[in-house]
Formats: sequence, C-alpha cells, structure tokens
Amino acid sequence: MVPLLRVEGVSKSFRGLLALNDVSFDVVERGIAALIGPNGAGKTTLFNVIAGVFRPDRGAVRLGGADITGRRPDQICHAGIGRTFQLVKPFAQMTVLENVTVAALHGARSVAEAKAAARGFLELLELDTRAGQHAANLTLPDRKRLEVARALATGPRLLLLDEVMAGLRPSETDRMVATLRRLRDETGLTILLIEHVMRAVMALSERITVLHHGEKISEGAPERIVRDPAVLECYLGDQEP
Amino acid sequence: MKAIDLFLSPLSAAGRWLGAVLLVVLLLLPYWGSSYVMTVATTVFYLALVGQSWNLMLGFAGLLSIGHALFVGVGAYASAYLFSAIGLPPAIGVVPAVALAVLIGLLIGYLGFRFAIGGVYFALLTIAFAEFVRIVVDHVPWLGATEGFFLKVSAADRHGIDLANLRGAPEMYYYLIMALALGALVLCRYLLRSRLGYYWQAIRDDPEAAEALGINLLRYRMYAVAISSGMAGVAGVFYAFYQNSLFPEIVFNIERSIEATLGSIVGGVGTLFGPIFGTFILTPLGEFVTEGIDLLKHWRVIDPETKLDGLKLLVWSFIVVLIVLFKPTGLWPWVCHRLRLTRPGAEG
Amino acid sequence: MDPWTLANAVVSGLLIGLVYGLSALGLSVIFGVIRIVNFAHGEIMVVGMFFALLMFRWLGLDPLLSVPLAAAAMFGFGYVLQLIVVSRVSHLPEHMQFLLLAAIAIMIVSALLLVFGPDAQGVHVGYAWDSVAFGELIVDYPKMFAAVAAIVVAALLLAFFKYTTTGKAIRACADNRMGAQVVGLNVGQLYALTFGIGAACLGAAGAIILLLFEVHPYLAPGYTLLAFVIVIVGGLGSLFGALVGGILIGVSEALAAVLFQPSMKSAFSFALLILVLLLRPQGLLGKAVR
Repeated sequence: MVPLLRVEGVSKSFRGLLALNDVSFDVVERGIAALIGPNGAGKTTLFNVIAGVFRPDRGAVRLGGADITGRRPDQICHAGIGRTFQLVKPFAQMTVLENVTVAALHGARSVAEAKAAARGFLELLELDTRAGQHAANLTLPDRKRLEVARALATGPRLLLLDEVMAGLRPSETDRMVATLRRLRDETGLTILLIEHVMRAVMALSERITVLHHGEKISEGAPERIVRDPAVLECYLGDQEP
Repeated sequence: MKAIDLFLSPLSAAGRWLGAVLLVVLLLLPYWGSSYVMTVATTVFYLALVGQSWNLMLGFAGLLSIGHALFVGVGAYASAYLFSAIGLPPAIGVVPAVALAVLIGLLIGYLGFRFAIGGVYFALLTIAFAEFVRIVVDHVPWLGATEGFFLKVSAADRHGIDLANLRGAPEMYYYLIMALALGALVLCRYLLRSRLGYYWQAIRDDPEAAEALGINLLRYRMYAVAISSGMAGVAGVFYAFYQNSLFPEIVFNIERSIEATLGSIVGGVGTLFGPIFGTFILTPLGEFVTEGIDLLKHWRVIDPETKLDGLKLLVWSFIVVLIVLFKPTGLWPWVCHRLRLTRPGAEG
Repeated sequence: MDPWTLANAVVSGLLIGLVYGLSALGLSVIFGVIRIVNFAHGEIMVVGMFFALLMFRWLGLDPLLSVPLAAAAMFGFGYVLQLIVVSRVSHLPEHMQFLLLAAIAIMIVSALLLVFGPDAQGVHVGYAWDSVAFGELIVDYPKMFAAVAAIVVAALLLAFFKYTTTGKAIRACADNRMGAQVVGLNVGQLYALTFGIGAACLGAAGAIILLLFEVHPYLAPGYTLLAFVIVIVGGLGSLFGALVGGILIGVSEALAAVLFQPSMKSAFSFALLILVLLLRPQGLLGKAVR
C-alpha cells in the first residue's frame, strides 16, 4: 500500500536539547495509526513538525508523495492535514457553531454553505445541542470534541489527533472510537493519533509507533507492541502504566 | 435591500422600533437642533467612524493600534494638500488620500507581522510611526509645518451643498458624516458575517488555531489593517474639510489616537454597535460637563476666571477606567440584553 | 562641525541620559515583575516634577533635596494604584490593561491641567548658571548634579534588588509567579511593592529633571514614549539595559539636536525605536526569546 504520510529521518532540537532524533515512520492511506510514548517523548513535537509549526533541523515530511517539509501551518492545512491541539484552543468568543464554520469555510463557497456543513460535523461529534453556546463555556470533554469537529471540518485527508480522549468517560471514549472508525470507513480518512488512553489506542489503531526520548524505539501492530520488552521497559522505567 | 436585511436581521422588534425612532430623530435633527447641537452631533458621528475603524482592527482582528491618528491625519493632510495645490476636489482626492493611509497602514502591518511583533509591542510600533510622522510634518514647510495648514473658505461656502468640494452648510457636513458612519456600520456588519469576519475573529481569539485551520495570518491581518486604515483615512478627509485647518500637534497627537479607542471601550470592543453607542454616550457627556461648567461660571457658583480645560477628558477617562474595571465587555452588550434589542442568539 | 560642540553635546546627552535611564528603570521594574506596560509612566514622572515644584515653592527646597520625598510620595501612589486598581485587571487581555493605564494617564494629565494650568513652570536654584570647564568642554552644575543623583538612586535600587530579602523575593516573583506563591510569598503584596518602587523611581527622576527642564502637564506623554524607546532599545525587563538605553538615547538625541534641528531630535528616537522593534525586538541588551 502507498503511505499517505511519510516521515523521513526527522530531527529537531531546541537550544541544544534534542527533542526528536532521526524519527521515520509511515502511515498508510485509510489507516489508523497511533503514536505513543511516555511524557516528554517528543510526540507533540513531532505533530508540530508534521503540521508545520516547527521546521525540522533534518529530515522530511511527505504527504501523498509531495514534500511538505517547512511549509506554514495554513499551507499544510491546505495540503490536506487537519490537526487538534493537546491544550485545546477554542475560539473562545465565538459560538461552537461559528468555531466549526471557520474551519468549514475552507472548502465552502459561501458562509451559508460552511454553516450547513458545520452543523453536520457538530452532529457527528454530538455537539449539536451546544451549537449556540460560546466556546469559552464548554466543558473540557466538549472542547476536545470541538477540536475534532473543527479539524474534520477542514476536510483533511489526514487527521492528527493529539490526546482527544483524555478526560472522556469510558463510554464516551468508546463512542468517539466508533465515530472515528466510521469516518475512516465511510470517507477514507487517514488518522494519526497521540493517545495515553490505551483503551482507545488498542481499539482503534492498526499500527503503533513508540517514541522515547525523541527516538523511535518500536513500531508494529498493537498486539506486538504490548509485548515488546523495550516498550514495557520505557513505560515501567518512567513509572507509568 | 439585501444590505438592509442583513442589518436588521439581528434586531428584535423592540430594537427595530428604537432604531427607527432614533434614525428619524437624527435625520430631523437639523430642523430643530441649534448650531451647537449640530456641531456636537457631527462630532459624535465623526468619532463613531474613527472608532468603528479602530474597533475593526482590535475587536475583529485582534490588533491593538494606538496610532489611529496617523491614518486619519494622513487622509486629512493628503486631501487638503491636493485640494489647495492642484485644486483636486476632495470627492476625487479621497482616493489618493485613502490609498496613502492604506499604504502606510500596510507598511506598519507588514513590518509588525513580518517580524512577529505582537500585542503591546505592535501598539508601540503604531505609536512610534504616528509620532515619527507628526514630527516630520512639523518640519515640512509645504504642509504648513507647526504653523498649520489652512484651507481657504469663504462666507459663500457656508451655504448650499457642494459635495464634490465638500463645501456647504453645516447640515451637509452633518448628513455626510452620518451617512459615512452608518455606512461604516453596515460595512462592518457585512464584513463580520462574511468569510473575512469569521477568519478575523478566529485570528483574534487564537492565531495558532486559526493558522492550523488553513487561515493565512499575514494576508487576513493585512486585510484588516487595510480596511481599518482606509476607513480612518476617509474620516481624515472629512475632518480636513470640516475643520479647514490642520496642525500636526493636534491632528497627529497621541491623544487623538487614544480618543479613537474610548468610544469602543465604553460601548464594547469587538461589538458592532459598541463604537457608535460609546461615542453617543461620551461626546454629549463631555459637552454636558463643559456646558455645566460654563453655566456654573455664568451663575458665579465658580469663579469665571478658573480654567477647567482638563475636566472633560478627566470625566471621560474616569468613565473608561470604571468600564474597564467593572464592565470590560462594554455597555452595549449589557444594554442590548437589558432592553432586549437583539433577538436571542443574535450578536449585537 | 567643531569637535568641541560635538563633545559638549555628547557629555550633556550622557548626563541627561542617566536621568532618562533612571526613569526608564521604573518602567522596566514594573514590566519585568508584573508584566504590565505602564502607559501612565510619564504622567507619574510629571507628578513627581510638580511635587518637587511645590516643595521648592512652599519650603524653598532644592529639587535634589526633594528627591527622597518625591520618591516616597510616588511610592505610595504606585502602591495604592496597583493594589486597588491595576491588580483587578490582571485577568483581562493585555490590551485592556494597556488601555486602562492609558485612561489613568489621561486622568492624571487632565487633573494636573486643572490644578496647575497648561503653562510651563520651573525652579531657579543658585547654581543654575554655574559650570565647570575642562578646556572647551563645559559641564553645567545642574546637569552634573542631576546625573550624580540619578546614579545614586539607581545604585540604591540595584542594591535593593541584589541584597535585601524583599528585593530577592520580588525577583523570585518575576522569575516564577506560581513558584513564588507555592513557597508562600504574598504575590499581591509584592506586586504592589514593585509598582510602588517603579513609581518611586519616576518620582525621583521627576524631581531630578525639574532641575533641568520646566514642567507642564503635556510633557507627560512625551516622557512615556521616551521611556518606551529606552527600555525597548535596552531590552524590556533588563534593569541594566534601561540605564544603558537611557544614555544611548540621551546622547543620540543630543547629537541629533546639534547635527540636525533640536526639534527633530525625538523623530530620531522614534526612528531608532522602529528599527530596534523590527530588528531586535528583545532589545539591544535583552536575551533572545524567539
């Protein structure tokens, strides 16, 4: 299969501190992949490199074969990558519907069209009852959902989800998992997620990449990863589940 | 018609009635208002126009300008100069004048964004440019330098209507500035509901998230700066031909820039009607204070010789302090809510 | 151009620059700790000038002798201002804090205008026209005394931050507000103290500068802008940078005045500000952040 996203030997350091060291991996088209690792492993930094927030010191990021390394975040979005933020970033003074409309305007010809599309995404993420509320007044789980709705509304080929399940109840997690899976099946979306909620990771992902101290230490199918001694050690070493 | 529809859609029945009554009163004002009332009303609309322009930049796009006097002043000086040097009527001169204001706005904006100067630093950049231009104009003889730049005006000019040359009776100026201020309001309403408005508000609330959604920050911020400085430039052209005298110390004074912010803060930064509502409160209030003092002097309650120059500004700024402390979202949203002027869910 | 004219300009710019630097120190202290840009900066300084003027008129006190008094008075003013007004807006967006202080600035100017009127007023001291000459280099006594006073006050301030417990606590607060709260420092109190200290610098600088210039209310915005130029050139939040920036601006203004026109000198500063903002927004001496 052709990889939709290809990360090739990406390194990034901040003031001499190596945050990512020669990381490479692929995400196949229509696949759901997860990026896991202890805190400070460099997962979010890698997301930011892919999304254009940071330019890598070395290495390249390709989307569908095209080199998108070093492009601005808005250009990356146009290239077909939608992302969420770990620390959610709602447009606080706008309503929930307006938040998503901003994203939907991306592919819409008019505001009315974007608004209609936005309502669809709100329904999908079970936010339709909150449409008229100001985003500032949402609960954290709802803000996480809003992040996902907004990223989806830009009509991406690849969706980057940064800890969107954190803070959700197990039943809510399951619903979110089902939604994402359905999206992939129905629209051919490709998903790459950072997640600490292993319940979601195991249920969703077909392939897992493990980062530790900025380096890829393991990669493969979920069943294999959970038995990989290197992975277990890095988690146990950091006193995390 | 569509524009009117767009404008009315957020208003409740009560809001429409109140708006209609206000509009009629304001349209008929010249028939019963004294020349003093006319002057005050003209000032209100003028400040509303400048305030609307300032609010577009901060309230819609999140860019704090404390240099709006610069854009107004450039519009004023450019149109006045073109008029007296080559006889270009302001109706045409407004085009190059506004273009120049926009150009300067774009230059400041580009420098600010290119070098990632945000927040208060951007405000300082606008101040620095405004002050720089003020001092430069102070030294340009063909702009009158510190002596001031004067437009010729004859007694005959005080009658009739000559819109092309902006010469005529006080009523003409009043209706013109009213049309401009309301036009700016309609324009802002339209922009706010358009793609541009959505993008601006997103950038204002969170630039990083906006960028991740595909919004080109530089481009849309530049649009905001261009439209805002252009509106201020139009106000400047009006100012030049209404006042007929321009002094750098007055036109480009930082107090003018701060004045441009007051109405919006009182009314509500980022709201549509905030700037005009705020100036409708502040300007008459300022006049009330001035008149009250004069009356007190007349009645010899206070010594007529006392100088009370700063009192109006003192009252204004005190109100602004109170607003920032106790109602930082401004009075308009609150009034709207209290009087049910807008339909539920509609933005004011 | 006669080299002595230039040398005189440089020396006089340097001396005045030290006073500017002291005033900018006040801005820098407040920004460095409370993270608020004090837009009422020049206004507080002008209040200090008027304070020294009244002391001179009522008590015949030399402005240099009113330095501690002006500093104390402005300390009280700054302390109260932070405690009951500015602290209340710490949760608001940056621009609202800025606009609040701008409004307070206008209030101060308007109030001064009501009380003192718009005319320039000054003091006359016995040594106003005395000077000491080194060859062709002539140094006025008032400028020299002003510079020495500014150095003394600045040194006291730096010593306060370096050696006293309170000074260290304030610095800890500037570095890490959360941390300061965790170890039990009363942040609100320290912020009020800081604003007070910043304002005290302004009071002192105001009293000192009254020796050199006449005072009127409209002087204030100019001083505010000047201080912005200085701290941005020197690096916002860097105390030493503020002093160096002050000298730099003082000298460059004095040079601009002899080389071009005196009235053009502040255009020169603003051009410098624009350049620094664009090329090195962290200031010449500030640490690179980006």
